[in-house]
Amino acid sequence: MKKLIALLLALALTLTVCAALAEEPVVLKIAHIGPTTGAAALYGLATQHGAEIAVDEINAAGGKYQIELITEDDEHNVEKVINAYNAALDAGAQMILGSTTSKPCEAAGAQGYVDRVFFLTPSASSTAVIEDKDNVFQVCFTDPNQGSASAQYIAEHKLGTKIAVIYNNADVYSTGIRDTFVEKAAEMGLEIVSEETFTDETTDFTVQVGKAQEAGAEIVFLPMYYTPASLILKTASDKNYKPIFFGVDGMDGILSVEGFDTSLAEGVMLLTPFVATSEDERVKSFVAKYQEKFNETPIQFAADAYDGIYILLAAAEKAGITAEMAPEEACDLLIAAMKEIQVDGLTGSMTWDESGAVTKTPMAATIVNGVYVFED
Amino acid sequence: MTKAKRKRLIYNLVTYALVIAAYIILQNMIGAKTISRSLKGLLVPICAWIIMAVSLNLVIGFSGELSLGHAGFMSIGAYTGAIISGWLLAAFDMQDPTLRLVLAIAGGGIVAGIFGVLIGIPVLRLRGDYLAIVTLAFGEIIRNLVNVLYVGTADGQLHFAFLNKKLPADVTMLVDGAKGAVKIKPISTFTVGFVLVMITLIVVLNLVNSRAGRAIQATRDNRIAAESMGVSVTKYKMMAFVTAAVLAGMAGALYGLNSSTVVPTQFTFNQSINVLVFVVLGGLGNVLGSVISATFLTVLPEVLREFADYRMLVYAVVLILVMIFTNNPLIRSVFGRAVAPVKGLFRGKKNSVSGGEA
Repeated sequence: MKKLIALLLALALTLTVCAALAEEPVVLKIAHIGPTTGAAALYGLATQHGAEIAVDEINAAGGKYQIELITEDDEHNVEKVINAYNAALDAGAQMILGSTTSKPCEAAGAQGYVDRVFFLTPSASSTAVIEDKDNVFQVCFTDPNQGSASAQYIAEHKLGTKIAVIYNNADVYSTGIRDTFVEKAAEMGLEIVSEETFTDETTDFTVQVGKAQEAGAEIVFLPMYYTPASLILKTASDKNYKPIFFGVDGMDGILSVEGFDTSLAEGVMLLTPFVATSEDERVKSFVAKYQEKFNETPIQFAADAYDGIYILLAAAEKAGITAEMAPEEACDLLIAAMKEIQVDGLTGSMTWDESGAVTKTPMAATIVNGVYVFED
Repeated sequence: MTKAKRKRLIYNLVTYALVIAAYIILQNMIGAKTISRSLKGLLVPICAWIIMAVSLNLVIGFSGELSLGHAGFMSIGAYTGAIISGWLLAAFDMQDPTLRLVLAIAGGGIVAGIFGVLIGIPVLRLRGDYLAIVTLAFGEIIRNLVNVLYVGTADGQLHFAFLNKKLPADVTMLVDGAKGAVKIKPISTFTVGFVLVMITLIVVLNLVNSRAGRAIQATRDNRIAAESMGVSVTKYKMMAFVTAAVLAGMAGALYGLNSSTVVPTQFTFNQSINVLVFVVLGGLGNVLGSVISATFLTVLPEVLREFADYRMLVYAVVLILVMIFTNNPLIRSVFGRAVAPVKGLFRGKKNSVSGGEA
């Protein structure tokens, strides 16, 4: 029986190879949706550029599939993202790589759920992005996973037991991570000694940092984007307070903040699946191509999107998507295929379940001499 | 019928006719499936922005007060609409989407109106720049309040919490702080949007042409003169302000229920300025102008998508050019001459009609 299967598989493989040689390549139309203008443009451009690198590679390799990338701007706005989504479908997109940020992705994904359009988001990390929708899958961890993974990492590596949390209570990303971090920390026997909040407009962190210092926290957990984090590091250094600062993926980019003294970030740890200075061959090649084409070092978002294109390719291959297929038709086939594929990307080896959440190992990096270095 | 009255009647009829014609054409395109997805997706937002622009024009153009917090009323409407719709569905299992939408829009309008009164009482005693700053602050306060508002529904009851999420464990969240209004079932339709635009136009055009409307305009043109004639300035300013707030609340409910989620960051100061741009471009006190400019400026960024990276730059340039051209006397006169024959056609007809009456 085993032999028979092996034989059949071999036959099937030969046939596919022959077919691939004989036929015209199948052109997949993938739309990238993300904020390429406005306040979140840094992230939208990163995912778009990352996707472009992957598309260039695939098209140059000349396999069975060629990819036509459609790019639409959503301005990080839940009204505009629907326009971007509609424009992408008008342009003939069969599946969507996006949206880059959480709230727009939630809105567009819900519309896609009604219309039956397949979404793979590189970096929209809130749970609401995949909740109640079978058509949306993620490349990155969900926020709760980042929070609990951070607590788990801190406990397992015995970094300390007294923890202070400073978070942005006006931000979904920040509160989402904080909620699960606190929950998991209690479970792992970590003590939260201080918890302070701020909002988007806050520029003075003296009080928040002061409270953490008074409480004698050994670790300060910073679930936030890098701009407020850079101010917190500065304030702590002014107060001569030197705990371990632990951040999540939003901290990625702190070394490129203009006017920020990067020596302040020495020893900062962050949960991230991608480090541009990694010695891994594929990462090296990706970073080189990215630097050549866009003249900057890719951040994690770019790597997520790069992986995203390869994931879509693998799923399309598995599902047997053709160039003529309408998005509605492709959607259910892709959903089924996602549960079966395993993709080894720059950000780890990934599999998916029905919820749309990804399974991969959490990794933490430390900033040493101005570069990210993986622990372990 | 005096000349001024006739002119006004024609202006109003043209406004209604254009909106109705646009609706009929678009409905036919939807029926024949010749409409693009992009345009179809824009229809409800366009209706909402038209209502926002027309209602703000009532405050700025007719009552002459610069209000910079209009997006605040819109957000109140959007949140109220989302809560009402979610609650009706969860507590009463009301499946009929149109009925839910109508109730939500009515609720959005009422709550925004109540806030309009509350804000109006202290604010409308101020004038000019002071009023602008206070309304601006109001918009920001509303946004920050909804940022820490948690609303859930359980067993047919609504539960509210402020600052922290102290709600019973089994609630279905309707508003989740910074995450905004969540899991909205989108129920807004173009037809309801069109009806709402028509209601707005009827309300605003009738108001400004009424006795109260003349009083409102009198307070704008010369406050002291109006007061000495016995016109209660605060009362009439309040009337315009609250009407605008109700309409903005209704637009907000329509807008919010068109999406699966609403976030506080959608209703920032920038959004109020956006509506102000619609009004200024369309012309202060020009209702039809507001309708056209709101439509034009909502569609424009989508038409410019082919410029990709330069889209927003092109948008800004087009906006500047349009502002310059619509204010250029030469171009206005050329445009006026081009429209004159059409106007003459109307005038001729009306003359014969009024002649018949005489």
